[in-house]
Amino acid sequence: MPDKPKVAFYWCASCGGCEEAVVDLAEDILKVVEAVDIVLWPVAMDFKKADVEARPDKSIVAAFINGAIRTSEQEEWARMLRRKCQVVVSFGACANSGGIPALANQFKTETILKYVYEDCPGLDNPGKVRPLVKSEDEGRTLTLPEMHGMVRALDQVIDVDYYLPGCPPTPKLIMAAVQALLSGKLPPKGTVLSPDIALCEECKRKDSKPVDLALTEFKRPHQVQIDPEKCLLAQGIVCMGPATRGGCEALCPGGNMACTGCFGPTSRVKDQGAKFVSSVFSNIVPKEEKEIDAVLDGIPDPIGTFYRYGLSKCLLRRKLN
Amino acid sequence: MSENKPKQENLPRVGFYICHCGSNIASMIDVAEVQKYASGLPGVAVSRDYKYMCSDPGQEMIAKDIREHKLERLVVAACSPNLHEETFRKAAARGGLNPFYFQMVNIREHAAWVHEDKKSATEKAKDLARAAIARVRFHQALDKKRVPVDPNVLVVGGGIAGIHAALTLANAGKKVTLIEREATIGGHMAMFDKTFPTLDCAACILTPKMSAVKAHPNITLLTYSEVNKVEGYVGNYKVTVKRKPRYVKEDLCVGCMECIDACVFKEAKFPDKFNQGLGKRKPVYIDFPQATPKVVLLDPETCIELKTGKCKKSCAAACDRKAFDFNQKEEIKELQVGAIVLATGFKAFDAKRSPQYGYGRYPGVYTALEIERLVNASGPTSGEIVLRDGKHPKAVGIIHCVGSRDAKTNKWCSRVCCMYSLKLAHLIKEHSGAEVYNFYIDMRAPGKAYEEFYDKLLGEGVHFIRGRVDEVTDWAMTPDEEGKLVLRVEDTLAGFVRRIPVDMVVLSTGLEPQADAQEVRRRFNIGCGSEGFFQERHPKLAPVNTFTDGIYIAGACQAPRDIPDTVAQAGAAAAEALALIDAGFVELEPNTSHVVEEECCGCKSCVPLCPYSAITFDEVKKKAVINEVLCKGCGVCAAACPSGSIRQNLFEDDEIFSEIQGILK
Amino acid sequence: MNEQFEPKIVAFFCNWCTYTAADLAGVSRLKYAPNVRVIRVMCSGRVDPQFVLDAFARGADGVLLGGCHPGDCHYAEGNYKTLRRMRMLERMLKGMGIYDGRFRLEWISGAEGDKVKTVINDMTKKVRALGPLDLPGHFRDWDKELEELEAHVNKDSKKAEATHAG
Repeated sequence: MPDKPKVAFYWCASCGGCEEAVVDLAEDILKVVEAVDIVLWPVAMDFKKADVEARPDKSIVAAFINGAIRTSEQEEWARMLRRKCQVVVSFGACANSGGIPALANQFKTETILKYVYEDCPGLDNPGKVRPLVKSEDEGRTLTLPEMHGMVRALDQVIDVDYYLPGCPPTPKLIMAAVQALLSGKLPPKGTVLSPDIALCEECKRKDSKPVDLALTEFKRPHQVQIDPEKCLLAQGIVCMGPATRGGCEALCPGGNMACTGCFGPTSRVKDQGAKFVSSVFSNIVPKEEKEIDAVLDGIPDPIGTFYRYGLSKCLLRRKLN
Repeated sequence: MSENKPKQENLPRVGFYICHCGSNIASMIDVAEVQKYASGLPGVAVSRDYKYMCSDPGQEMIAKDIREHKLERLVVAACSPNLHEETFRKAAARGGLNPFYFQMVNIREHAAWVHEDKKSATEKAKDLARAAIARVRFHQALDKKRVPVDPNVLVVGGGIAGIHAALTLANAGKKVTLIEREATIGGHMAMFDKTFPTLDCAACILTPKMSAVKAHPNITLLTYSEVNKVEGYVGNYKVTVKRKPRYVKEDLCVGCMECIDACVFKEAKFPDKFNQGLGKRKPVYIDFPQATPKVVLLDPETCIELKTGKCKKSCAAACDRKAFDFNQKEEIKELQVGAIVLATGFKAFDAKRSPQYGYGRYPGVYTALEIERLVNASGPTSGEIVLRDGKHPKAVGIIHCVGSRDAKTNKWCSRVCCMYSLKLAHLIKEHSGAEVYNFYIDMRAPGKAYEEFYDKLLGEGVHFIRGRVDEVTDWAMTPDEEGKLVLRVEDTLAGFVRRIPVDMVVLSTGLEPQADAQEVRRRFNIGCGSEGFFQERHPKLAPVNTFTDGIYIAGACQAPRDIPDTVAQAGAAAAEALALIDAGFVELEPNTSHVVEEECCGCKSCVPLCPYSAITFDEVKKKAVINEVLCKGCGVCAAACPSGSIRQNLFEDDEIFSEIQGILK
Repeated sequence: MNEQFEPKIVAFFCNWCTYTAADLAGVSRLKYAPNVRVIRVMCSGRVDPQFVLDAFARGADGVLLGGCHPGDCHYAEGNYKTLRRMRMLERMLKGMGIYDGRFRLEWISGAEGDKVKTVINDMTKKVRALGPLDLPGHFRDWDKELEELEAHVNKDSKKAEATHAG
C-alpha cells in the first residue's frame, strides 16, 4: 500500500480563521483526511517540532501556511517547512499580503510594545515588564521569539508555489486547491488559486450599478441603512470589489456588507490600495480642491481602508520611521 | 516579489542611436560615453552616435542597421519627440521594422540645452537612455487605423445657421439632409422685422436662402421632424429621425391655402405661436406666407376632425390636389451620414422669471420677440404699434438686459440685445411717433457699423437712461402716472431715482440654450458648458468643433451670437465637415486604449470617465467596451481600471513601470 | 559623505502642456537643475498612483507630476481625475512617512517654460534639504533582520529547554 501523500498546516501571525475554514469543509474534510496524511496541524493535533525537523527534505508534499511573518519563530518554521515540502501554499490574506496584522507596519515596533505593555488602558503592569527574548529563571534559560521590525507576507521570507486568497479562503477554494494538488493538475508556479477577474463579475448587485457613477460623498457603513439590492459603491459606501480578485462568490455583499478587499488584487495590479484609489476617486464629482478634500474626509483612515489586508504588499512596504 | 521583465536570452535586439545635433547636444553631453554605456546594456545589439540623426544619411543608417543586424527595437536619443518622433518611426518602417517599436529620448530640449554641468547632463542622458531601452522591449507592433468617411452630411436646425451650412455643403457637391423641428425653416430670423445695423428686412434677405434650400438638388429638407437617436462614430453615423404627421401630403400640397379659407372655423380662434401668441390662426394653418416648405398643417389639438372624427372636412373638399390625409402617421427614417452640424439655435429668456417687470401681469408689457411681430408688416397688426386693448402708446420703455448680466437669472451677456433694442427703438418711433426710452447698463455695440448705428439712434430723439430698472408698476404716485406703467429706475448718470410713466414696456430678453439642450447634446454625445450652451473643443482655436469627432456646432446653440457671426460660424462648420469628408478617411493614432474582455469584471468604473463617450457598457456581455475609433488616447481609463484590465497602446503599465525602473536602477 | 547629496526626482509630464513647456524651456535655453528625469505621458490622467509609489520604492527622492491647468486639459477633464486621485495619494503618502513636498503636483501650461524651470529648481532645492529618501536602502536595512535573527535563534534554540509552542 503506497503511503498517502503528506500535508502540513501551519499558522503564523494569524487569528485562527484559516483553520476554521479548513474545518468548514464539513463532510468534505473526511475526503481530505482519507486521501492525505496530515503530519502537522497545530490547532487540531499534537506533534513535536523535532519530528518535523527530522523528516527528510521534500518528504512532505504540501504545506498550507497561513498567517503573516512577524516573529523569528514564524520565520524559522516557514523556512523549515520550505525545506521539508515540495509545494508551499500561501494560505489566506495574512500569508499572501500581511493581512490585518500588517496594519502594524504603520507603527514603530517600539510604539506598539510600549502601548501594549505600558500605556494601554486597563493594563495591570506597574513594573512595565516586557517579554524578553532571553531570560533566566531558576538557572534555566528561557527564550521567546524575537519580534521583527515589520510584518511580512510569506513570500517575502520564503519562495512560495501557490496562493490561496481570502480572509479566510472559502471552503470551495480550499477543496479545489487540495484536489488540484492530489490530482497533480497544477497551474504554473506562482498562480493565485482563484479566478483572475475582479469581484464585480460575480456580485449580484452589479446590475444596479449605474454607468455614470458620480459620487458626492462617502458614507461609513454605520451611517447608512444599506440597501441590500443596490450596488454598495453607488450608495456611497467604500466597496473594494472592483479592485479585488473574485472567487468568493461575493459573500460579503451578499451579507449586506461591502467588500473589504481580502482576496487581494488581480495579477495585473502591483499595489491594490493605490489602484483602488486611482479608480474610485476618478468618479467623484467635485473639481475644486476644497470640495474634493471634503469628499476625501469621508474616509478618515485611507491606509486602513485601502490596505486593510495588503499593507505588506504596498510598494512602500511600511511607514518610514 | 516578481519582476516584470523578459528573460535575458529572449531580449529583443535593440538599436540605440545618439545624435550630436551638431554641437547642440554634443557640447553639453559626452555622446561617446553614452554610446559606449548603451552598448553594454542588456539586449543592445547596435549602439552608434552620429552628427545629425534626422538627416537622410542618419535615417538611412537606421534602416540599413535594421536589415543587417536584424534589429527588433529602435531607440534614438536626440531632440524632442514632438519634433522627430514621426521622422524616426518612418525610418524604422523603411528598414522593415514596425514604426511603433521605436522610443525617443529627449536629451536636447530636456538636457543639453538646459543644464550647465557636462557630467550631470551626461549622467542624465545615460539614465534616460537606459530607461528607454528598458521600455522599448515592451512595445507592441501597432498600426494606424484608417476608417472611411460617409460623404453625406446632416444639418440639425433650419435657422439661418443651419440654412447657410446646408447651402455651403450642398454647393460643394455634398448630399445634405436639413432637419428642422418646426413646420418651416427660418428659425428666429424669420420672425424679425428689420435686422441691425443695416435695417435690412429680415424676410427679404432670408427668404431667398430658404427658397434656395428647397430648390437645391443636393438638399433633402425634413421639416416637422426631430432626431431621435444617433449611433456610430465619425464618418459613420446612423441617425434615426422621427417625422411628425402634418395630416397633409407634403408632395401634393402647393400652398394655395384655399383649405384655410374653407375651414369650418369662420374666424381664426387659436393663439398663433409664430406671432408669439399675439395673432390667431385656425386649426389648419401655415406659419407665415413664405414658410418653407409651403405646405399647410393641421393642429391635432384644435382640429375637430382629428379630435372627434366628426367634421365635414371642408378643408379637404376645397383641396383639388387631394392632399389631405387624416390618417397620416408619424414616420421613422434612418439616415447614414459622415458628419453632423448642430445649429439648433437658442430660446428667448422667459420674462416671467423676472417678475419685477410684470410680464404676464400687465398687458402692456411685451417681450422683444412680440414687438418684432407687432412692427412687422406681415404680423398680427400689420405693423401698427397698438396695445392689447387697442390703444396706441404715446410712450414706450425698452428695458435692456432682461435675463442677462443678472446674478439671479443668467450671468452672461446675450450680445445682441443692445443692438436689437436700438433697432426696436428706431422702429417703434418710426411706426408710432411715441416717446421711446431705452434703459441700459452698458451700450454694447461691438460689430461692424454697430457703433455708427448707435450714433444714429442718439440723433433720433430716443431717450437713453443708464440704469437697471428696478420694477415696472401700475401703482401711480402722481396724477400723470394714472393708467400708465411706471418704470422705477436709478439714473446713474444723473444720480437720482426716476419714475418714468409709459404706455408700453418692451423687455429685451436674453438668449438662452434651448429648453431641451441637455437632452439634445446627450443624444449627440457632445458636451455642454456650465450655462448649458454646447461645448466647443477649444474656445479660441476650435470654436465649431466639439469633443466628438465629426460633430460640429454653429450659431446660437454654442453661445449668444448675432447674424453675421452666425453665418460665419455656419460656414466654418461646413468647412470643417468638408475637410473631414474630402479627406475620404480618418487616420487614427494607435495610442488608444482597449479593454481586455476576459479580464473585465463589468464594474463600470471606466464608463463615465471618457469625455469622448468612447467607453460603453455591453449589456449582453456585461463588459466595458472601448470604441477605438472614438478613443483619443488619454489613458485615464487605463489608470482608473481597478483590476488592471484596460491597456493603453504605447503607454501600457509594463512600459511605464520599466521606464521608472530604468531611470532609477 | 564626500559628495553633496543630489536628489533624484522622477517626473511625469503630460504631453500637451507640461512636456511642451519643458521643450519651450529648452528652446529658450533656460537653465535649471539636472536632477529631474521626465517620463512622458499623453495626459496626467494616465498617471496611476502605483507609478508614484513604484518610483519612490525604487529610489526616487521626489516625484513630480505635471499636467494642464484645470479647465485646459487637452482631453477635457483628465487633470481633474489626476487632482482627485493625487489629493488622496498625498494623504496616504503622509501616513506612510513621505511628505513635505517630496510628492508634488503642478499645473504647467504649454507656454510656461519659465514655470518648468522654477518648479524644478525649487523642488530640487527642497528635496535636497530633506535628504535622501532611499527606500531601497531602507528595504535592505529592514530585511537584514531576516538573516540576523535566523542565526540568533538557531544558535539558542538548541540550548533552551522551554520554548513557546507555535
